[in-house]
Amino acid sequence: MLTVLGFTAPHVDYHALAPEIIITVTLIAVLLVDLVSERNRALLGTIAGIGLLAAVVPVLTLAVDGTDRFVLAGNPGYVVDNFALTMKALFLVAGYVVVLLSTNYVAEGDYYEGEYYFLLLTSVLGMVVMASSRDLITIFIALETLSIPAYMLATWRKRDPKSNEAGLKYYLMGVFATAIMLYGMSLIFGVTGSTLLTDIHASLGSGTTPIVTLGIVFCVVGFAFKVSAVPFHTWAPDTYEGAPTPITAFLSVSSKTGGFVAILSLIFVGFAGQHDVWEPMMWALAVLTMTVGNLVALRQTNVVRLFAYSSIAQAGYILAPLAVAGDLKTAQDALSAVVVYLIIYAAMNLGAFAIIIAVARKTRSAELDSFNGLFEYAPGLTVVMTVFLFALAGIPPLAGWFAKFEIFRATASAGTGAGYVLAVFVAINSVIALFYYSRIAQAMWMQPASDGDHTPIRVPPALVGALAICVIAVVAVGVYPQLVARVGEMAQFALR
Amino acid sequence: MENFLHHWGLSLAVFLPLVGAAVMMVIPRAQEELHKWIALLTTLVVFGVTILVACYFDYDNSGSLQFVVNHNWIDVINSRYIVGIDGISLPLLLLTALIVPTVVIYSWNHWPDPKNPKAFLILTLVLETGMIGTFVAQDLILFFVFFEIVLLPMYFMIGVWGGEQRLYAAIKFFLFTLFGSALMIVSFLALFFLAKDPAGNPLHTFSMIDLANAQGIAHSTQLIVFGGMFIGFGIKVPIFPFHTWLPDAHTQAPTQGSVILAAVLLKLGTYGFIRVAIPILPDAAHTWAPWIALLAVIGIIYGALCCLAQTDMKRLIAFSSVAHMGFVMLGIATLTSFGLNAAVMGMVAHGLITGMLFYLAGSVKERFHTLEIKRLGGLLLQAPRMGWILGFCAMASLGLPGLAGFWGEFPALLASYSPAVGLSQPVFRVYMVVGALGTVFAAGYLLWLLQRTAFGVPQDEWEGEHFHDVEWPEWLAWTPLLALIVVIGFYPNFIFHVTDSAVQSALHGVQTLAIAK
Repeated sequence: MLTVLGFTAPHVDYHALAPEIIITVTLIAVLLVDLVSERNRALLGTIAGIGLLAAVVPVLTLAVDGTDRFVLAGNPGYVVDNFALTMKALFLVAGYVVVLLSTNYVAEGDYYEGEYYFLLLTSVLGMVVMASSRDLITIFIALETLSIPAYMLATWRKRDPKSNEAGLKYYLMGVFATAIMLYGMSLIFGVTGSTLLTDIHASLGSGTTPIVTLGIVFCVVGFAFKVSAVPFHTWAPDTYEGAPTPITAFLSVSSKTGGFVAILSLIFVGFAGQHDVWEPMMWALAVLTMTVGNLVALRQTNVVRLFAYSSIAQAGYILAPLAVAGDLKTAQDALSAVVVYLIIYAAMNLGAFAIIIAVARKTRSAELDSFNGLFEYAPGLTVVMTVFLFALAGIPPLAGWFAKFEIFRATASAGTGAGYVLAVFVAINSVIALFYYSRIAQAMWMQPASDGDHTPIRVPPALVGALAICVIAVVAVGVYPQLVARVGEMAQFALR
Repeated sequence: MENFLHHWGLSLAVFLPLVGAAVMMVIPRAQEELHKWIALLTTLVVFGVTILVACYFDYDNSGSLQFVVNHNWIDVINSRYIVGIDGISLPLLLLTALIVPTVVIYSWNHWPDPKNPKAFLILTLVLETGMIGTFVAQDLILFFVFFEIVLLPMYFMIGVWGGEQRLYAAIKFFLFTLFGSALMIVSFLALFFLAKDPAGNPLHTFSMIDLANAQGIAHSTQLIVFGGMFIGFGIKVPIFPFHTWLPDAHTQAPTQGSVILAAVLLKLGTYGFIRVAIPILPDAAHTWAPWIALLAVIGIIYGALCCLAQTDMKRLIAFSSVAHMGFVMLGIATLTSFGLNAAVMGMVAHGLITGMLFYLAGSVKERFHTLEIKRLGGLLLQAPRMGWILGFCAMASLGLPGLAGFWGEFPALLASYSPAVGLSQPVFRVYMVVGALGTVFAAGYLLWLLQRTAFGVPQDEWEGEHFHDVEWPEWLAWTPLLALIVVIGFYPNFIFHVTDSAVQSALHGVQTLAIAK
């Protein structure tokens, strides 16, 4: 061990840190290639994609190895456990799909390419770090690493005022949320004297004081912005509509998942003893989020905005199991339900955005009307979009049904009245949601093409790849849910 | 052969349609003839498989599950791929496997706009998988998945190929059914967590076989859980007051869609009551029974009155479904083996007869381009064979003895004369009388329909027009159904013999309950 000026460098487990290192190397490579090569722009996306896939390799070797590791020996602040590995794999694969979605969009739209991929990779790096963070400061750093590039990416269509508005709104709301969260963290630190979640758990015990309650509430509220839970969702629709569509997909899937990962680590590791504080809060957030999201989505005429509200509602479903996750048994059920939902949601939503991007290549629009008559000239895209839409609505045998089922199971497993009431709320909301998902299906299948234009849509190979990944995942998981169910069951925290 | 059939027969019947659909997906849309032949071949093979299954079925043992396959599926939630059939499933399985090929044959030259046989037939095949799967599934989650699979193809069938109000009808159908099934799945989960074995250990299973002996759920909880399933199945049946989706869906659906909807989809609901709700929660079923019977009777009368007020032939037939399914539900609500036998018989008979009536409505519409009753008339003069078939089906539908419809309605009424032990006899006898009035109404609206459409002379607007009579695809599709209506009418034991002991085992819980009291 190296000792400099009395500071002893701790032992670092480089195997455990390998995914983060690979992404860092890749993003530097992207910048360098962008610097030296003016012509080979297409190379940038390829490098980014390969880097993300390469980072999956150590995740797999770590998963095969199976032991829970601390990256810094003896320090439980940065942990590689099954939960972290599952979420890292999800972030990396989702990031790869976003790169596929971006390839033609960015290349054909006259945008800065090198910086785009650099920022995208940086944001993914923040998420991967978030999956392992079990320390308030690390969580904060991870949050900023994933957020700041996202603020900039949202404004990437810089000549469009809507995009500028998107980025600015997102930035202001994000910073506001961060401030609240930091205040909460400082309260917790003040009471417990530590930033390590395990220490916080040990120090707080099972009781609570007003100051601790306030700290927990502020921390959760901070991340409620990130996952766009009602009433902290107001930035989402405008940002989603204004941002470049691949980035919208990225925000609605990866960034949201990042927020959920932080919430899960906080409440299951740090504040596990204070479930009396966060359970009712999650209950109210879940009911509000799914209901408001769904009801407002009913009125949308722009597909991207519709998906913004749909993804708000989906966040409500994901929050639901947390409302009954107090004791150890229900906590495991809730955690696996949330993990399963996040995985399936990523496949469904990224797939739907891939179609929106593909259709917009022809129609240059994301209005609902622009989907009219799609079945007549793009039957393949229509069928695939239908798969995603009804997967999101939770119709078997498409993967979404199992995600919803896991939510039902987790809320019912508590056996409490509150749990069953919540399950009924989810049930009613899935019916409301079906209405607006089927409006898109209706436009595609049952309306004539708006302008009678029947030229087919040319779908570039990168988009085909993204669609293939998503549709195979959605159908395979729907027919044989054991694939993700097992992952969800294993993805537990090492420290509790 | 027999061994193969026992292991693979049911799974083949369930998944072969999907194989056919997958093959059709890769064939270009322009090859319409090829698509038709593939669809026909697939459905006929499926029918053949079910006939083989019926041949090797052990009829002396029809109360117990046969052809059982039990395989891992979703271990994490302890849900398994369990399929099997007993005497209740078998008739419905055969009915489904028979109806779908007739739909394909009928479609041969009857394409609703906007044509596109490829998509239409693929949806039909997917529907078949869902319907057959529901009738053979013996695990609640598997049952749920198949129960839901039928929604999407039917939604598109109504929405794309339907009439003028198709968008409204399609989404209404979809929302109603989804609402029911969402509550149903919550009920299934409650069973999973609450049911205990006789020793008091939690079962944590979705297997219907194991759950049938479940205990340890408090009566009040049972009532709520049963309520969830009641809404799920009741909307599908549909029971009054959840029936409002049905007239719209039926009227707007293309002929083929209406036939499948009437002949099979409605039965998924009633089948759910007999297969799932009653065996697993006999206690709650017992408490709920008078209320279900009340709604059933209201449905009978309400459906009949609505029929009398209709001006559209297809809508009239749709409302007659509400009334007929009321008889089925009344039979179920008596909780007697007699009543349940009548219910299964009623399902098969209604499937055949109302399926036929919708075929006829479709063919009339194809020739006259309208179904408005006051513009029709004189069918016997213009297309005499079709007119006679319509007369025959109307007679069968109103419950003429000697035809299948009679054996669905009459025993259901008879069963409510003496319902299960513990149910109020006076109440059920009142239901019986009111239900019997319903059969009079049925005779009224059906004969009136016949009189206005088949008898008399054609309206002036059709003067000089020539209408072709029944064509060969129609003959091919209709003959088996017409023949079965007569065969079952003359020899109802054909069905009763199969269902009886299965119904006894479904009522096992109710009977133990009665003895305990």
